[in-house]
Amino acid sequence: MMTLKVNGREHQVGADPDTPLLYVLRDDLKLNAAKFGCGLGQCGSCAVIVDGKAVLSCITPMVLLEGKQVTTLEGLGSVSEPAPIQRAFIEEQAAQCGYCIPGMMMRAQALLLKNSKPTDAEIRAALEQHLCRCGTHMRILRAVRRAARLMETTDASSTANRSAQ
Amino acid sequence: MNAPLILNRRRVLAGGGALIVSFSLTNAFAQDQAPAATPPLRRPGSLATTPYLDSWIRIDADGSITVFTGKAELGQGFRTAFQQITAEELDLPFESLEVITADTKLTANEGYTAGSRSMQDSGAAIQNAAAQVRELLVAEAAKRLDLPAENLRTENGAVISPDGRRLSYGELVAADMLHVQAQPKSRLKDPATLKVMGQSVPRVDIPAKVTGGAAYVQDMRLPGMVHARVVRPPSYGAQLTECDSSAVEKLPGVVKVVRDGNFLAVVAEKEFQAIKAMNALSLAAKWKESASLPKQDDLLNVLTHLPSQDFTILERGDPSVLSSKSIEAIYTRPYQLHGSIGPSCAVAQFADETMTVWTHTQGVYPDRQAIAEMLRMPPANVRLIHVEGSGCYGHNGADDAAADAALIARALPGRAVRVQWMREQEHAWEPFGPAMVTKLNASLDSNGKIAAWHFEVFSNTHSMRPGGAGALLAAQHMTQSFAVPEPKPLPLPEGGGDRNAIPIHTLPSARVVHHFIPAMPLRISALRALGAYHNVFSIESFMDELAGLAGADPVEFRLKHLDDVRGREVIEKAAQGFGWKRNVRPADRGHGFAFARYKNLAAYCAVASELEVNRETGRPRLVRAVAAVDAGQVVNPDGLINQIEGAILQSMSWTLYESVTFDDTRITSVDWQTYPILRFDAVPESVEVHIINRPGQPFLGSGETAQGPAAASIANAIANATGKRLRDLPLTRKRIKQAIDA
Amino acid sequence: MPSRANEVGISVFKARSNNKFKSMNMTRSSRLIASGIAVVLIAGAAMAFAIVWRPVIPAIDPPAPHAFDPALIKRGRDLAAIGNCNECHTVRGGKNFAGGLPVPTPFGTIYSSNITPDAETGIGQWSEAAFRRAMRDGVNRKGEHLYPTFPYDHFTHVSDEDDRALYAFLMTRQPVHAPSRENQISFPLNQRPVIAGWKLLFLRRDSYQPDATKSAEWNRGAYLVEGLAHCGACHTPRNVLGAERKSAQFAGGDVDNWLAYALNDRSHAPVPWDADALYMYLRSGWHPAHGTARGPMAQVVSNLSSVSDSDVRAIAVYMADISGAPTPERKQEGEAALAQARSPSQASQTDTVGATIYVGACASCHETSRPLPYGGVNLALSTAVSSPDPRNLANVVLSGVSAVEGERSPIMPGFADSMDDAQMAALLNYLRARFSKQPAWIGVEKTVAEARRAVTIYHETSAGPRNAPADPTQRDKP
Repeated sequence: MMTLKVNGREHQVGADPDTPLLYVLRDDLKLNAAKFGCGLGQCGSCAVIVDGKAVLSCITPMVLLEGKQVTTLEGLGSVSEPAPIQRAFIEEQAAQCGYCIPGMMMRAQALLLKNSKPTDAEIRAALEQHLCRCGTHMRILRAVRRAARLMETTDASSTANRSAQ
Repeated sequence: MNAPLILNRRRVLAGGGALIVSFSLTNAFAQDQAPAATPPLRRPGSLATTPYLDSWIRIDADGSITVFTGKAELGQGFRTAFQQITAEELDLPFESLEVITADTKLTANEGYTAGSRSMQDSGAAIQNAAAQVRELLVAEAAKRLDLPAENLRTENGAVISPDGRRLSYGELVAADMLHVQAQPKSRLKDPATLKVMGQSVPRVDIPAKVTGGAAYVQDMRLPGMVHARVVRPPSYGAQLTECDSSAVEKLPGVVKVVRDGNFLAVVAEKEFQAIKAMNALSLAAKWKESASLPKQDDLLNVLTHLPSQDFTILERGDPSVLSSKSIEAIYTRPYQLHGSIGPSCAVAQFADETMTVWTHTQGVYPDRQAIAEMLRMPPANVRLIHVEGSGCYGHNGADDAAADAALIARALPGRAVRVQWMREQEHAWEPFGPAMVTKLNASLDSNGKIAAWHFEVFSNTHSMRPGGAGALLAAQHMTQSFAVPEPKPLPLPEGGGDRNAIPIHTLPSARVVHHFIPAMPLRISALRALGAYHNVFSIESFMDELAGLAGADPVEFRLKHLDDVRGREVIEKAAQGFGWKRNVRPADRGHGFAFARYKNLAAYCAVASELEVNRETGRPRLVRAVAAVDAGQVVNPDGLINQIEGAILQSMSWTLYESVTFDDTRITSVDWQTYPILRFDAVPESVEVHIINRPGQPFLGSGETAQGPAAASIANAIANATGKRLRDLPLTRKRIKQAIDA
Repeated sequence: MPSRANEVGISVFKARSNNKFKSMNMTRSSRLIASGIAVVLIAGAAMAFAIVWRPVIPAIDPPAPHAFDPALIKRGRDLAAIGNCNECHTVRGGKNFAGGLPVPTPFGTIYSSNITPDAETGIGQWSEAAFRRAMRDGVNRKGEHLYPTFPYDHFTHVSDEDDRALYAFLMTRQPVHAPSRENQISFPLNQRPVIAGWKLLFLRRDSYQPDATKSAEWNRGAYLVEGLAHCGACHTPRNVLGAERKSAQFAGGDVDNWLAYALNDRSHAPVPWDADALYMYLRSGWHPAHGTARGPMAQVVSNLSSVSDSDVRAIAVYMADISGAPTPERKQEGEAALAQARSPSQASQTDTVGATIYVGACASCHETSRPLPYGGVNLALSTAVSSPDPRNLANVVLSGVSAVEGERSPIMPGFADSMDDAQMAALLNYLRARFSKQPAWIGVEKTVAEARRAVTIYHETSAGPRNAPADPTQRDKP
């Protein structure tokens, strides 16, 4: 048994220490956001935040997480109280199938935590190891820029309908 | 998972509304009877095959309203669009509706969710059904209130009389009131008064997807569910000669090893235990392989030398037009992947003699048929429920994963079994988009107009979707195996390998031949846009070559050969949005243009692009793309824009980077190292989409409309930037560099 | 008129700096030593004024691209690839050959120059004679001495004919207006006559003399390796004045916080190299018994993938001779390493933290049956694990191997953000113990911490994926 801190709560987890975090999150803690995409650290779908940095949970064994703070997309906000990054992705309608999006959002959140005003090049560089197959890239970039703006302002305006373009 | 999902379905199953009797009658009809004879006037969309109104819309006595579609939400966002359509035609609040998607127990049989047809088929059916339901409700209210129907109006889920009396839909609906066949014509809302349709309503599925809600079949967790992994053969046709699984069976958490001929799988309590056991099992398995694959480097000769069935699909001649000069060219496309980011997944449970499979298949009914045949069970005892998966872009591993889950679940009665493929399995075993070869030659008359056009396309079928069990990997691999069904060309006008092979242009003489190749050296099936991707790439590249021969501007040259008014407007809109100017381009950059009407009967799309080529490395960089699209009446403009943006970027990835690789025995592109796709570094600076809305016109599918034009637009921009024409997909950095250096 | 700043620092080659002497944290004693030496050199330079002074070569009007023979340009392209010119003269995402890459040296930061034919900021006004003098003597058109970061101690051996081809190639590139950035070198080393003194000590201007006892292929290889390819610039250790130590040629050197491995008989490769293996590695970027080129070597093999087979073969033949035939003992060790790599996985043993990390984070790629270059090398074959210095292994584990846009290329995720220094040290120590016959490393945690700091700087200055095409297995395929 080891103690795993996820989204501010401590969990006693019985998984072997070599088990990658992804399976503990999905199987033991019943969290959906981190996705299995490749299991090889090649696509980014499984990204979560550990101690403020984005890591790929499919190749992060439990042994590395003793005493660390894991944050998943569920820990940022909810449908009723979305975090700025979630609001930004909803407002930009930045998803098609959406499978890669949670990983993208965690990477973006980690970037914005250390750099509140990233340039476009910095956003692209941060997302470079994340793959999207639907071609939602333009919206993802817009959503990250919007999240940066939202995080700056305290104004929490609602997720109103976007008007037609 | 997925408590909400299951609860919703249970509620629906339990019924309790006024229409339950008629509903199940309809349900029986939808599943088991042949469609009614076609009435003299065809009913719109899928009403033609499923005419009863209550197959589409259900109103409970408590006023709750449910829309049923036999189509599967694949991330295109039509769940939202259908909700908009129903809210509009029935005068309901958008939020009050629920949409139930493909489920063999609940929804109409709408075949496959494919070919950009969801709006044309299901959208049109729902729109007309909703309009007719509204008329029935108004008629009922008129009867009860003893007022002429034209004096009544509908608002917010109720019929309202001029004196303010209000009868809610729930009150009005009676036992089998909606169990009537739809009329061929409906009184639809006046396009000028639309309130919900035509608005960019935010998609209903996105909030759950961005907050960790249960959104996918991959997220399902049923009580007592176990995890399975399949050990696939190392290559096509490999035979399992030896497999001592005793050590694997003793591994922690392992519940069962399932073997049936060449089908091998392991089940464990937890997912990572299943993966570890799968690794151990694949080490224990010994296979006999045979070298059966063609030469990857020589697909042109491989394809053009395989036996083919030849169909002349267009033959037109005008001897009065004389040719002065002509050119010819050959274009090729390799095998390409769907490449879902989430490997295919399914959950199955065998209980009470019934097999239930939750799957992201594109066709619950045909896949049910195939799985029932594989299990040798009556189809009535097999239920397939669509749950969204990772985007599939055509026929990927979804149906196979569903079959895997069903076969394993049968070996563990009572227990829910979740199977997910590994990345390497998805890459190696999904049915690829078929390789293609096109041969073109054309001549110009003395005025620089096309005099004669010859086009030949060589390709496999573009659909090996299940119908019979033989299409499923598990069924092919089991001891009492099923043979792969005989491939058939898909019929025109939609076509398969010949989709969009017939030019939309005005040409005095034209001949188009489809060489259908039955033999399939690699496992293939439908990939988004089917043959249209390569055919449009070829035709629209060749149009630029001809424009060059004529010394004409590519946009002007296209307009000169197109009479279709809507097509012309789309071309003009894209050119204008892009700022197209003849012979003006920045240094080291090229401008490209291309246009097509998908299937020659769906949406129109033109794409202009600006692309930079690094002359030292050959690396192309798409700087910006501007598209114009006419998809008929637009229900959700932002949803349409999202689809077109996505199609352009996906096509860019196919066009610049992608090809399946293989040696003489095995597929060697088995992950994202060996099958690279678009990354953010290469994402354009901007992609603009201009919509030409056509209120009152039929919905035209759009999800596959931009792939062909985007590919040709990029190829034309490369040619414009470098002066070199590349005709073999993908247009890789290496090929561009070779062309520059040559 | 171009400013003086624009004229300085024509072509500089990345100094293969000794890590201990990193410019950012140059120690006080090293400053003293450097200054002392400089004073001596200034004195020497003053005495040798005649050697120091070089005339201006008159400016020419930039020749039109069509003035050059296409065949000559093509040969120049291959030679430029062998010379790895783009590595230093193109910044990440920047214009080809426009310079501006900061090169940290023990003596300060030097910026690479614009070698496009732009008249004002590039070499557009250089005659072929001026170009040849720069290659041979390390002097720009204006007669100023160039810092030896531009490896003219190697380029001096390049033949007239090859210089002519290189000149033709560069003069037909796209001209880019990109003024040079001013070098950040402190007094007295910013005095260019000092460089003349350096040359007096270390520059041997001689053309390549063939060795009649060796094959033509060997001689071709030697000419390329010692000259244009300047392999020793990275793989030979340098003395305190930054010159290659000829007595320790190819004994391993430092570059960008990487150890450029020893290529002579002191090589720590678990399996000894031979000409065939070197050829494949240089040609394709990987070899089944050695792994995949990464770090600064990735760009080198990427460039070599486009040059003629015979030249790559010649380089391999010469380098194999440099490393010499392995002793029977070395051969045996090599066989043992290959056997260990083939043996079934022991990945289930997780008695230590390092082993557990390995199983959870590494084994899924490094212990599968998948062949290289995509399967991940079995670490029993890794030179990084057997190397006397854990730096390269730390670098790879920290940064991984990035995907190259649109190219088939090995990908390894970096672990900088998921492992702290102690965890990574535990992993590295485990790998050393399990996969190498060499004694345990000392101070691994400190190495990891230093590598972590350096990695950030490296990422900001290195040529990025866009400029590093690498397609190790699919050279002739789509």
